[in-house]
Order: sequence, then C-alpha cells, then structure tokens
Amino acid sequence: MPTDAASLALGKDLVGLETLSPAQLRFILDTAEPFKEVSERAIKKVPALRGKTIVNLFFEASTRTRISFEFAEKRLSADTVNVATQGSSVSKGETLVDTARNLEAMRIDMVVIRHGSSGAAKFLGDRIASNVINAGDGKHEHPTQALLDLLTLRDKFGRIEGLKVAICGDILHSRVARSNIWGLTKLGAEVGVCGPPSLLPRDIEELGVTILPRIEDAIAWADALNVLRLQLERMQAGFIPSLREYNRVFGVTRDRLARAPKDLVILHPGPMNRGVEIDSDVADGEHSVILPQVTNGVAVRMAVLYLLAGGTGAVAAAARGEAA
Amino acid sequence: MTSILIRGGRVIDPSRGTDGVADVLVEGNTIAAVGRGIEAPDGAQVIDATGKVVAPGLIDLHVHLREPGQEDLETVASGAMAAAAGGFTAVCAMPNTDPVTDNQAAVGFIVSQAQRAGKARVYPIGAVTLGQRGEQLAEFGELVGAGAVAVSDDGKPVGSSHMMRTALEYARTFGIPVANHCEEMSLAQGGAMHEGLVSTRLGLKGIPAAAEEIMVARDIILAELTGGHVHLCHMSTRGSVELIRRGKEKGVRVTAEATPHHFSLTHERCEGYDTNAKMNPPLREHEDVEAIRQGLKDGTIDVIASDHAPHHYDAKEREFDNAPNGIIGLETALGVAIRDLVESGVLSLPALIDRMSTRAARIFNLPGGTLAVGAPADVVVLDPTERWIVRPESFRSKSRNTPYAGAELVGRAHQTVVRGRIVFDIRTA
Amino acid sequence: MPSRSPLLDERAIARTLARMAVEIVERCQGTEGLLLVGIQRRGVELAERLGRLIEASEGVQVPRGKLDITLYRDDLQTVGVGPVVGETHLPGTLDGRTVVIVDDVLYTGRTIRAALDELADFGRPRRILLCVLVDRGGRELPIQPDIAGRTVRVGPGERVDVLISELDGRDAVELARAD
Repeated sequence: MPTDAASLALGKDLVGLETLSPAQLRFILDTAEPFKEVSERAIKKVPALRGKTIVNLFFEASTRTRISFEFAEKRLSADTVNVATQGSSVSKGETLVDTARNLEAMRIDMVVIRHGSSGAAKFLGDRIASNVINAGDGKHEHPTQALLDLLTLRDKFGRIEGLKVAICGDILHSRVARSNIWGLTKLGAEVGVCGPPSLLPRDIEELGVTILPRIEDAIAWADALNVLRLQLERMQAGFIPSLREYNRVFGVTRDRLARAPKDLVILHPGPMNRGVEIDSDVADGEHSVILPQVTNGVAVRMAVLYLLAGGTGAVAAAARGEAA
Repeated sequence: MTSILIRGGRVIDPSRGTDGVADVLVEGNTIAAVGRGIEAPDGAQVIDATGKVVAPGLIDLHVHLREPGQEDLETVASGAMAAAAGGFTAVCAMPNTDPVTDNQAAVGFIVSQAQRAGKARVYPIGAVTLGQRGEQLAEFGELVGAGAVAVSDDGKPVGSSHMMRTALEYARTFGIPVANHCEEMSLAQGGAMHEGLVSTRLGLKGIPAAAEEIMVARDIILAELTGGHVHLCHMSTRGSVELIRRGKEKGVRVTAEATPHHFSLTHERCEGYDTNAKMNPPLREHEDVEAIRQGLKDGTIDVIASDHAPHHYDAKEREFDNAPNGIIGLETALGVAIRDLVESGVLSLPALIDRMSTRAARIFNLPGGTLAVGAPADVVVLDPTERWIVRPESFRSKSRNTPYAGAELVGRAHQTVVRGRIVFDIRTA
Repeated sequence: MPSRSPLLDERAIARTLARMAVEIVERCQGTEGLLLVGIQRRGVELAERLGRLIEASEGVQVPRGKLDITLYRDDLQTVGVGPVVGETHLPGTLDGRTVVIVDDVLYTGRTIRAALDELADFGRPRRILLCVLVDRGGRELPIQPDIAGRTVRVGPGERVDVLISELDGRDAVELARAD
C-alpha cells in the first residue's frame, strides 16, 4: 500500500489532469500496467466492476474513444449503455441538466461524457452523484487521451521526467494538447508547442511550455512529437490558408525527420489526416507508437474506471483504519 | 401637500459641491430646503438620518427591464422596485425588448408602465435602428417625443460605420446621445469570455480586448467627425480607457460608463465555468480593473451603470458557452462600488455619488442628480458603512443571476425617495 | 502498538516448507503437469521457495505462476483508496495441469474463492490444490486447505502476520494482538 493513500484518491470524477497531483498521475499509470495484461488473456475479462452500470454519453461523434471506453468497461464486467446524440432526446433540445437528472434517476454508477462544450464534464459531475469521466469536453481537456500518451511515452523511454515532448498542430482548439501539457509538465517533462501562431492560444507560455515557431525547430529539439489532427474546418474559418500549405510548412514528413539529430518517437491521438499533419510513411514508420497508443488507451481507461469505482467507499474504509 | 424631513444626515450634493451635516426638507415633489435646524412642518414624515448619508438619488443609465417580451425575467415594475431598493431613483431602460423599443408606442408603453409602478423613474432608451437590425434608422424624433432620453442598439453594436455616423449626426437635432455597445463582431463572434490565460486554460473561445477597443476608437473618431455625442457603454479594457482619455483631451463629445463588475471582478471569476461570471463585455484582467478604477477617478469614465441584465435561473444552468450573457446589478451596485472604490481609496464618497448620480443626470440631460432647492425630490438615504451579505433570494428583482451571491458588500440604501414619496424603506421592506 | 508473540522462527519456517514440499509431490503423485501459483504478494515468494525445494529433491523444473486477485475481489467498495493491482502471470496453458495455489495465511477463504474464479478464466486445470503456510481458522466460505504448514487458533482481536525475508527482511510468523 503506498503511503498516504488518501492523497492518491481521485475523488468522484475525472474531469481533467490540471487538478491532479504528480503522485496521482503516476498512480494511474502504475495501475494501468497490470491492466495491459488483462487484455492479453484468452478471456479478456475480470469481474472488478460486475454490477456497475456505466453510460457512455457521447454528444459528439467519436469512434475510437467510445470503443476504447466500451472495451475497458466490458473487460471490467460493467454493464454499459451507449447514448449518442443522434436520435436521442438530447438532439430534441433537452438540456444537459435535464439529461443529468434523468441519468441520476436511473441509478447509474458512472457516466463517460464526450461533449462539445468546455466544462460540460464538470457541469455534469457537479450535478449528479455518479462518477463522471471526461472523454473530451470542448477545447478543455481529454484526460484519458493524455494518460495513454504518458503511458506510451513511459513504455518507450522508461521515464517521463526530463523528456522533451513537442505538441504540434492546432493547439488553440485542442483538448488533447491541454491535457498533455498538464500531464507532461506535472511529471517533469519539458513541453514545446509548435503550430501556426493563429492556432496557438493566448498566453500559452504561462502554462510552462516553450513555443517552437517552426516544425523544424520542434524536430531538432524534441525526443518525441505528439502530432495533433488538423480539422478541415480550420481552413474554412480562416486560421490557415489551405491543408496543402499546412502540410508544406508544418507537416511531419520523413524528409524533415531525416534531418533530426536523433530518432523521434511519433505519437498521434487519431484519427489521422495522412498527408496533412503527418505523412503516411511517418505514421507507419518504425518510430511511430500510434498503435501502442491505442492499446494503452484501453488499459488506462480500465485503470481510471477501476480507481474511480473503488474510490467511493474508500474514505469510509480509510476512516475505519482498514488496510487494503 | 405632503412633506418629508430627513434630519441630521451627512448631506452630500456633488452638484453644489457641498458635504456636511444638514436636514433636507421635501415638500410635494421638490426639495424645499436644505440646512440645519429645519423644523418639521405639521404632518411631515421624519426620517432620522443621523450617521447616514443623504444624497441625490442614484441614476443608472443602463438597465434591461425585459418588458415587453420577457416579463418572467423582469418587468418595468419589478425592475423599478429593485432600483429603488438599490438606492436608484431613476434608471434608463435599454430597448432590446421584444418587440424592440423602436417606435413611439413602444416608448410610451414603458413610460406608462413606469408611472403605474410608481417606484424609481424609468426613462426609455430608443433603438438606433429599426428592430436593432442595423439597417434603417429609427424615428428619433418620435422616440424623443414619447419620452426616450437616448438611443442605443445595446446588446449588439451599431456595426456599420456609416449607420453610426448617420445616427450621431441625426441625434444632434434632438440633443440626445447615441449609446453604443462596443464590439467588433468579426473578432468577438462566438466568444464566451475574455481572451487570455484563463480562456486558454478553460478551453473557451476568447473575446480579445481589441474587439472592444476597435469599436471605441471608431466611435470616438466618428463623434469627432460628426460633432455628435457618443456614449460608450460598459467599458471593460485598459485600452478603451486610454482611447477615451485621448478623445476627451481632444474635446470630442464622448462619455463612458463602467459597471461594478468590471471594476471589481476579473476573468479568473470564470474558473469552474461559473455562468454567473459570463457577461458581455467579459470580465477582464487585473490591469483592466485597475484602469477602469483609475478612469473613474480621473473622470475619463464618467459614470457607473449596472447593465442590470436579468436571466431565468435555468437559462444560466447551462454549459458555459451556451449560457446567456449578463448579471443583475441594481441591488448590488452601490455596495460593490463603496466596497471596491470608496473603501479602497479610489473615490471619495462625494465623488462616488457624482459618478452614480449627478454626472449621470448631466450627460443624459435628466432631472435629478442634485439637492438644490426646487429640484425634483429624488433622494437616497444610505448607510455607507453597513456590511451586508448578498442574499439573492431577498432581491426585489425577479431574477437571481449574480456573481455576488454570498459576498459581503459595504453600504446600502435605507430610504429612497422619488418625486417626494418614500418608495423604499429598509425598515418596512 | 500491537503486542506480538512468535509462532514460527526462521528455522521452523524452513522445516515447515520442506515438509510441505514433500507433501505437494506426494499429493500430486509426482511433478508431472505441476504448476505452483503464488498469490500476490507473499504467496508468490512462498511458491518460489517451494518450487526450489521440489526441484532440488526431484531434479526437475517446476513452473511457477503468480496471481493477483484484486480484480476478482467481492469488496471493491471497501478495499480503500487506490486499490493496488499487482501482476498476474501464468506460464502456458492451465488445461489439464495440476495447479497448486500457494498463499501465506488462510483466513476467511474469500481470497481463495477469488483465485479459483480467476484461474477458471485462464483455463481448465485437471485438479487444483490449496497449500498455505498458516491456517488460522475463521472461514466464511466452504474452503479448506489440502496442505497446511501450521494450524493455529486465533482469538478475537488477533492477527497472524507472515514475514518473509524477500519482502520484510526476515522470516517469521507472528501472532499480533491489537491493544
């Protein structure tokens, strides 16, 4: 049992990494390790969350995050229900607070929420007794994505501390970037951000990151690149002139990587726009950890589900002085 | 004739530059005498104001009363009562009602609703353009004839520079100001809060200070061009204060207001996605708050206005970017102003009364703002040192959307006299 | 501080394990298909020692596995903040093998219930035996050891602590009494 277990408790919800301590982040990553093995078993299922009901409430389309959570839930033996906005009462104008009250009335144990508005996960968590896990809220945070990125980096380098990680692309609109910045800086990595200045948020340096003006700077500086997806809408909204030019100026290409002083590990949260932010031969190359990221996603989400589910009775148990 | 003797208070009248213990005698609907040792006429109501301040009633140049159209949020009557409870004897109602107050009948309706309510005076502000659509000027002459004291498309800016120029020129005929909501929409569109470190952390689309300042600069330039009087609503940035200061130095007819929230709260108040900290213009940075305070001190910002904006509780119970802008302010403005301007030494109490009453009357050419003999009997008796906790459930306003719930404020109105009648008395409230 | 009294010292533990190793081979009629599975954490070390003893006497390799039963517990809500999950590793298939579950103390039987559930998810052993260093009684489930190093009677407020040098710096079995 680690010392001072109470300080490791995640609380009721996982809204973001901003509020977690370095010890809590390490604890989640450590807990994810044994869950990797569960997914390698012939019967990929343990009864840890048997009888728990989990709703995956997705207000935005998402395939990989939803599937990853669903696998994680099912491998922990939870009962899961998927609610997508299409065809649900949500698309008929029901407010988030009404949705929350309805879920509460159905006595569900956990909600995994993906929503287009920043703060939606906290909003929900503040209003229901169930555990809430943020699967991406607007441009705010996507904590499980950052956790799987951290786990993948730790697998590859054996450590996070002292690593130089450059997050490349549309930082302004990216919840993945924000969660990564919190997670990486808390665990002692150096973080650089690289992208067109029109896609960098105001005062981002004050979060303790270095701005790398050009992709060549990022490649020369970093141990690993986390390449963000560039949405087509950014071009329509006038942030960049064209995807073609984006690739020419900011694309992570084999030629650019060839000039790097060392081999860079390449991460991408997916889904990729091949030929825009990343070239296919980089995405599929020997230094890409994009598929291990996906594998680790299930393990990290199992760990988070498991830790939050165990947390509820824990305070009382700790008060009784029981050891685990 | 009814009379009221307000006895023994510290009488502050910025219109005459006086500040001292005196009695104030109201007879009928005018101030009859101010001096020491005034005898109460037979049958006079006597208010003992010992230890309190007696001042011209406060005047708020910028409120939203929601009637007609959204009477569940506020009505002219409930807003006028909330105003009286906050020490205001007059408020100016913005025209973004439903339908928009862009014609004689609509202005007349608000005037008559205010008369029926019989609380604080309510002066309608007419729309600059029909339906506030920015396409065709409203009939200013008709609006003024029915009782409008200014024109504004508040809630949104007059976007077209040509339209703003025309409005400023045409308004000169009637001697009324054009009050503009300063926001360059292509920069501000979709923004939910101030653009800065907090919006970056919260992942909310920011509204840069430049969105306001571009419009402030434009309006000052157009006021200079036309010789019209532009009144800039709810100034929120240090850049705006600087632009106005330069405009005034050049002699441009520009006046400006600031809200209590913009000189007391910063964008950090949006932490935790508190929708009661969502307003437009948004809460800005510490340096902006300081600049607004300084602007009020040196007169660059002429007046304090509340931008009282009622919303139903469930409208604010939303995701931050989907929640409506605005907070109510009539019942907290004085307490916030004394706490954050007077107690902190930015303004003296007489200077505060000036920014909340005398100057407001002067720039919108309204009655009141003075205790001169013969002036309308619009008076407030306030306790400038009383510490009180904001309890929204006890508001007279129909709405509860305030970021000050639970906060301790300093100073509150005890009696409010409008047209020689006590319309609010804390002892019987 | 709880008071402690020794039940077994280092040499007594060594003797007990030696006897248990012999008993395992006897009960299994040899080492054919034998797999020792230690339960995290002290069971893993005990299985390792038993394995070495059997290998020394029989001259064959005895495979070992480790089992963490945390995810199979029936008391997730009460295990405390941040339940720590250990490693599970079982070499090869379980089908047709003789699995000997090794743990330090047998008490309520709930850990063994969880271990049996978990093993069933890995395969279908021919036979499963339970081997514990100390049986302290107090069962809440119908589970009994096939091989027990020691059986002790434990009163209310008392606890059996097994210390082993790999984890605790010394070998001992002690009876701890809460004040």
